[in-house]
Amino acid sequence: MDYKDIIASYADKPGGIIEAYHAVQRELSYLPVEAVTEAARVFNLPASEAYGVATFYSMFSVASRGKNVIRICESAPCHVAGAAEVVSALERELGIKMGESTADGKFALEFTECVGQCQATPVITINGKPHLDVSPAKIPAILAEYK
Amino acid sequence: MAEEMRIVLRNYGKIDPLKIDDYMAQGGYKSLEKASSMDREALIEEVKKSNLRGRGGAGFNCGQKWSFAYKANADEKYVICNADEGEPGTYKDRLIMENDPHTLIEGMAICAYAIGSAKGFIYLRGEYPQLIDTLNIAIGQAKEKGVLKGFDIEVRSGAGAYVCGEETALIESIEGKRGEPRFKPPYPPSEGLWMKPTIVNNVETFANVPVIIEKGAEWYAAIGVPSYPGTKVFTLTGDVNNKSFVEVPTNTTIREVVYQFGGGIPGGKKFKAVQIGGTSGAFIPDSLLDTPVAFDNMSAIGATLGSGAVFVLDETRDIVDVTTRIAKFFEHESCGKCAPCREGTARMHELMEAVNSGQGSLKDIELMQKLGNVMSIACLCGLGQAAPSPILTTIKHFGTDYNAKLM
Repeated sequence: MDYKDIIASYADKPGGIIEAYHAVQRELSYLPVEAVTEAARVFNLPASEAYGVATFYSMFSVASRGKNVIRICESAPCHVAGAAEVVSALERELGIKMGESTADGKFALEFTECVGQCQATPVITINGKPHLDVSPAKIPAILAEYK
Repeated sequence: MAEEMRIVLRNYGKIDPLKIDDYMAQGGYKSLEKASSMDREALIEEVKKSNLRGRGGAGFNCGQKWSFAYKANADEKYVICNADEGEPGTYKDRLIMENDPHTLIEGMAICAYAIGSAKGFIYLRGEYPQLIDTLNIAIGQAKEKGVLKGFDIEVRSGAGAYVCGEETALIESIEGKRGEPRFKPPYPPSEGLWMKPTIVNNVETFANVPVIIEKGAEWYAAIGVPSYPGTKVFTLTGDVNNKSFVEVPTNTTIREVVYQFGGGIPGGKKFKAVQIGGTSGAFIPDSLLDTPVAFDNMSAIGATLGSGAVFVLDETRDIVDVTTRIAKFFEHESCGKCAPCREGTARMHELMEAVNSGQGSLKDIELMQKLGNVMSIACLCGLGQAAPSPILTTIKHFGTDYNAKLM
């Protein structure tokens, strides 16, 4: 679906710009500047405000990024459970650093704060789906699901 | 021996959360029916008398909050469920929503009747996308059964901002804005969502309500510590054998939570510290573990009950390093609206990095204490006010760990 149609479908929802941004990202993985401008028009906001919303929330990205967004929790419970090793393993496996995307556009690597799955740390999420008790050894199998 | 007591998790594992008939077979929605037959003021009085206090961290008397919105004159009023649990180490609200979404819906509907609202929102943190369907299915079933009468509930997603757990920031976010806290007063019960009277309660708070209506205020008020009665759900993380959850009466001690329910420290190691209430909570040493978990008992030892996260560190952990990580968290999550928090969290993180890497001096410690005290008074919202707490309490109780790292 075109981003214009996606945003239009939320036009009647008061305060619906955040829901609209989520929907655009489900399709495109990020918020292109045209989508932000379009949201400003549809929700009758100054472009600066629509951009302000897009850049306030950590899940929204106004920069292009890989299709499958991998987020690694670095909050204290995951920190002491070995999140740093998981970070190194993911960087090694994908050949990119945190905050980057793979050249083929398949994966993006990001930090996140707590994702509320602390019964099984460390935790990563891929496109919002949690993967629990992650260790460096488990990384290749987890990534294979998305290749 | 302390015993577990399940009120908000009473249906955990007993029902299929996606079947409203299962919930109703356990007596579900009978409390809503009972509440709807009561006089509104009497209903609010009952909730007030139970002394149910908010489970999101602030601990305000729930019935009293409702009475403000009830008395407010407006053409529209709103009921919001704060399901933005973002305190690291906390997943109690997820447990409730995943396993018993109808108890939350019933609690919200009782509140809606009490204050005279026809529209509710569940503000669900963006990290729980899988729960959007669960909640919408449950809302759909409740509507289909006709139990909600005219009350409508809409699920809105957050998008990864810790500060949106603060009720006015949450309201801004539902309005489609940046999640920056508002100046208070006015408080939400008089001017909240779209400037209309609004009740914002936590998931766990709402989940208590149907049981209070069913069994009565006196029954509830007699459980646990009288000043903060009922139960509290705790989620255990870090160096503890049972990385699990437990719901206990509020007179249970921290020691019982960590040792009896948490099963103690793995690998035969010794206890070092426990941080309760999430990442903004105080670190508590062994000498204070016999404190009951109730709100005011925790305040009395300079700690907070907060969200009920229990993060345990064993003797081998570098508590200065963990606290530095926490300082980074607050710098990242500060929304930037007020200077004491925006600048304060950045400077605190900077100073902690210096100390942690062996570049700090006693002067830096003193500076953090001074800055921390200023922040706890001058910051606009709870985020900035609580942010220095892990640093101040570790300096207080684990000063030798800091001294060992100084230049």
